Amino acid sequence: MPVVEFRRAGFRIGNRTILEDLTLSIEEGSTLVLLGRSGSGKTTALRLINGMIEPTSGEVLVDGRATTAWDRVRLRRSIGYVIQESGLFPHFTVARNVGLAPLLEGWPAAKINARVEELLQLVGLPAADFGNRLPRQLSGGQRQRVGVARALAADPKILLFDEPFGALDPVTRFDLQREFLRLRAELAKTSVFVTHDVQEAMKVATTIALLSEGKLAFAGTPEEFRASRHDEARAFLEVLEHV
Amino acid sequence: MFSDVLQDLLDEGLPLLGEHLVLVLSAILIASAIAIPLGVAIAAHPRARGIALGIANIGQTIPSLALFGFLIPIPFIGGIGAHTAIIALVVYALLPILRNTVTGILGVDATVRDSAVAMGMTRGQILRMVELPIAAPTIIAGLRIATVTTIGTATIAAAIGAGGLGVFIFRGIASVDKWQILAGAVPSALMALGADALLGWLEKRCSVG
Repeated sequence: MPVVEFRRAGFRIGNRTILEDLTLSIEEGSTLVLLGRSGSGKTTALRLINGMIEPTSGEVLVDGRATTAWDRVRLRRSIGYVIQESGLFPHFTVARNVGLAPLLEGWPAAKINARVEELLQLVGLPAADFGNRLPRQLSGGQRQRVGVARALAADPKILLFDEPFGALDPVTRFDLQREFLRLRAELAKTSVFVTHDVQEAMKVATTIALLSEGKLAFAGTPEEFRASRHDEARAFLEVLEHV
Repeated sequence: MFSDVLQDLLDEGLPLLGEHLVLVLSAILIASAIAIPLGVAIAAHPRARGIALGIANIGQTIPSLALFGFLIPIPFIGGIGAHTAIIALVVYALLPILRNTVTGILGVDATVRDSAVAMGMTRGQILRMVELPIAAPTIIAGLRIATVTTIGTATIAAAIGAGGLGVFIFRGIASVDKWQILAGAVPSALMALGADALLGWLEKRCSVG
């Protein structure tokens, strides 16, 4: 059974269609990249998964159950979310940011502390050095690492990444993409990753779903994507050829 | 001789100072109890925000002596005395607290709010753990403005028999006695400075880093 499944899912605001008739399934342990230009509906598709928005037609299933049938809070707590610019709480220390999801889940303090240390170690920011810092005392790349640690904290089954490395310089970005692959190998989580960067998509995806003006233009492996004849796919591949 | 005068002044002045403090504290507490929850509730709704801030703005434009006067004939809330004065002071204190609460809540970064929602925080948790702490310095800045102006405006409350340091000032004006005026004005000014410093310190303490 797929972990996430879009069944003819659509989303519109008034009479403006943002996403149309999307059918797509995401298998356990895979990384689906939603690729597309600005306004192609990729972030909308991502936000349908954790119930930040509800489909206006069709449905989205998580673990076989429609997102609208889930208790919203429970659904979101079983899904980690990493956003551009990290969205860390500016008034919380790094350790408190990372420990928040377990705290909300009612874990005992000792277990939370151990988990925070483990995760900060995992993303290369040892708690002894970084735990008591505030987000603004970190670099952009470090904040994004903390964002990943925070998303992993309550051990969610699914991770959502909304252009997580979009605001970073190319070197840091490259670093974090590599880190992402390492973590994926280590943790085997199901991930959905939104990006407009075709290079990034080719690098991290097990499946690429290309969205164009709210419609699915292509879905398949990176190799299949490379061979695609679809106009929008060609447009993205051309970028790749000219790097 | 001089010490007798001073003794008289203290005997009369201390109770008046106490009355003044009660007027100001009651007004600020009541205004906060109204304006902070209201500000939180309307921050996300542009229409409600416009209406509430508009009404609070109008309250602010009424000349203070006139407002005290207007309230006297109104049944239940009006009349002569401290409670009428407190109502008028609340009207003045509402706007800065309301405006700063709204500004503070709206100042919370959209990605921060977004990730709070995505983490599965409930509305109450987001308010308590994220929005209010981040907005706190701005809200306290509003309280600071409201408190300092209320301390000054409260001197006018003596005109409708509410007591406070204004008693000295009005008496001084009536008898053309500058020492009486100063006996009311100086403690009032010092109280305002003290409140400003205290709330300024609190504002800084609540700021991140």
